[in-house]
Amino acid sequence: MSTQTTAIDKQQLQATALKVREHIIRMATDGGCFVGASLSAADLILYLYSEWLNVNNGNLDDPNRDYLFLSKGHDVPALYGTFAELGLMESERLKNHLSIDDHIYWHPNTKIPGIEFHSGSLGHLPSVAIGVALDIKIRGGKNRVVCILGDGELNEGTCWEAMLVANAYKLDNLIFVVDRNQFQANMPTEDLIPLEPLHDKFAAFGAAVKRIDGHDFDALHEAFSAYPFQPGKVNVVIADTIRGRGLPSIERHADRWFCNFTAPEIESLLRELHGEHQTQLTSETLVVR
Amino acid sequence: MTYEELLTQEALADDRFVVMTAENRALVRNIYAHLGNRFIDTGITEQTMIGAAAGLALRGRIPVVHALASFLTMRAFEFVRTDAGIPNLPVKLSSFIPGFLSDGNGPTHQAIEDISLMRGIPNMTVFAPADEDDLLKMLPQIWNYPSPSYVRINTRKTEYEHSPFEFGKAEVISEGNDVTILTYGLLFEQVLEAVKILQAEGLSVGFVNMRSLKPVDEQAILNAAKCNLVVSVEDHFLTGGLYSIIAEVLLKHQASAKVLPLALNEKWFKPSLLPKVLEHEGFTGKQIAEKILGYNTKAVQATIAAQEFSE
Repeated sequence: MSTQTTAIDKQQLQATALKVREHIIRMATDGGCFVGASLSAADLILYLYSEWLNVNNGNLDDPNRDYLFLSKGHDVPALYGTFAELGLMESERLKNHLSIDDHIYWHPNTKIPGIEFHSGSLGHLPSVAIGVALDIKIRGGKNRVVCILGDGELNEGTCWEAMLVANAYKLDNLIFVVDRNQFQANMPTEDLIPLEPLHDKFAAFGAAVKRIDGHDFDALHEAFSAYPFQPGKVNVVIADTIRGRGLPSIERHADRWFCNFTAPEIESLLRELHGEHQTQLTSETLVVR
Repeated sequence: MTYEELLTQEALADDRFVVMTAENRALVRNIYAHLGNRFIDTGITEQTMIGAAAGLALRGRIPVVHALASFLTMRAFEFVRTDAGIPNLPVKLSSFIPGFLSDGNGPTHQAIEDISLMRGIPNMTVFAPADEDDLLKMLPQIWNYPSPSYVRINTRKTEYEHSPFEFGKAEVISEGNDVTILTYGLLFEQVLEAVKILQAEGLSVGFVNMRSLKPVDEQAILNAAKCNLVVSVEDHFLTGGLYSIIAEVLLKHQASAKVLPLALNEKWFKPSLLPKVLEHEGFTGKQIAEKILGYNTKAVQATIAAQEFSE
């Protein structure tokens, strides 16, 4: 393991990641949310805001801040959970999930401080991130732009169109992070629209690619510490993850994408997250919104 | 002054401007030499261009983007609506060869639902200049307005000298009691011809260049409704364009009028060079006048200038 990994407090990150997951689970009732896809992205989102991005409460309007675009917008509970734990958002506000009086719903929007752009329609934010990265290049800025993509999202042609353009403009200040949780809405990616060999696909588009365990903070830190991966090349991190990570009763279950748990299930799932027995789920499943 | 000269001048005076194209360079061939890295060609990627324009606008830029009208409004529609429309970002759409201006390209290139699509997006503003003079008079205000906008680019030259542009105002060319013709875009040229013929036949003719379609000049439409007949003339599908706008305004104000729409009703037009297209589809000045009169005249149709370039 690289010496760079000594810079992070892995135990602290793991403890905070559990709290982020608790927030996600608590949002998965009274209407529910995309809990599986949020749990897979939780560690990488927490890592980026805790350790890598120059983003904090005091610089959200600073043109020199780093940018994170959540193109795979349905995992926004992971982002809100991270915001709550890092002080970018009041934890209490998460109780307003789906409230008509707030702006916390199934996809991100800029009414929430720290959200750079709304998403929900897949395949859009790669190009928006390109526009921001281009402007930073034109101005000679040093800030970095991260765009988180779902693996299912890679079905969208505009993701690959954006890779062509990012390569053409040598956007080495842009990092695409793929939450490779192996599932799209209803089924495994490889059973519907196979993506592998994914590393080779991105490399063929001219990117400098790293493939890591997206739940291993040391691996995340080692990968992002190597930024820019190769001068003049757009960066791609394929983060291998597990959909539903932390809850064995839904991990890798094709029918547990959008979940709307009952109140007793939420309590049981919170105990399950901390290592107790699995939950017997009877709530509605495969509610594809 | 040309479109490109005006854009170069604006962009050199204000470094918020960036010029983008999805490899449609007909209007901006020489601008790279002046703007350097503020000229961005994303290749044949209308969707990515619009998304990137939104990203640039997030950073304070005013992107003026170029693509063929049909691909800008239809292939990239959701990007325009979602990435420029929802956040109300000042992405400026310069739409090349809209309407009949696609002349010989065929239906793939016929943007004749563009007004309908673009005006349906909240925050979007929509403009259709009568000719190059009208275009150049409106662009500085449009480019500096803090919302997304769609402009049907029309660089055709006419003899007519337009009045100064006012956002949301139509240009009233003449007023009349018998008939008032409302139009926009390149058909302005033909309506000018039609008005002369109608006047020679003894009619009192009103003529309005709508130019700003959203926001639209409701009063100009209500004034036109006071005469015996309102005629809408447009190179657009009957659905969703000026005829629909007139209907919406009249209904909103509980007014009524006799309206004759001249538009493309549930059909694409037959591709050819522009003068032949106009004649085939019945949109020459003489044909427009005779449709309004209900009889043929001995008027001689003036020569219609061909398109200077196409792509």
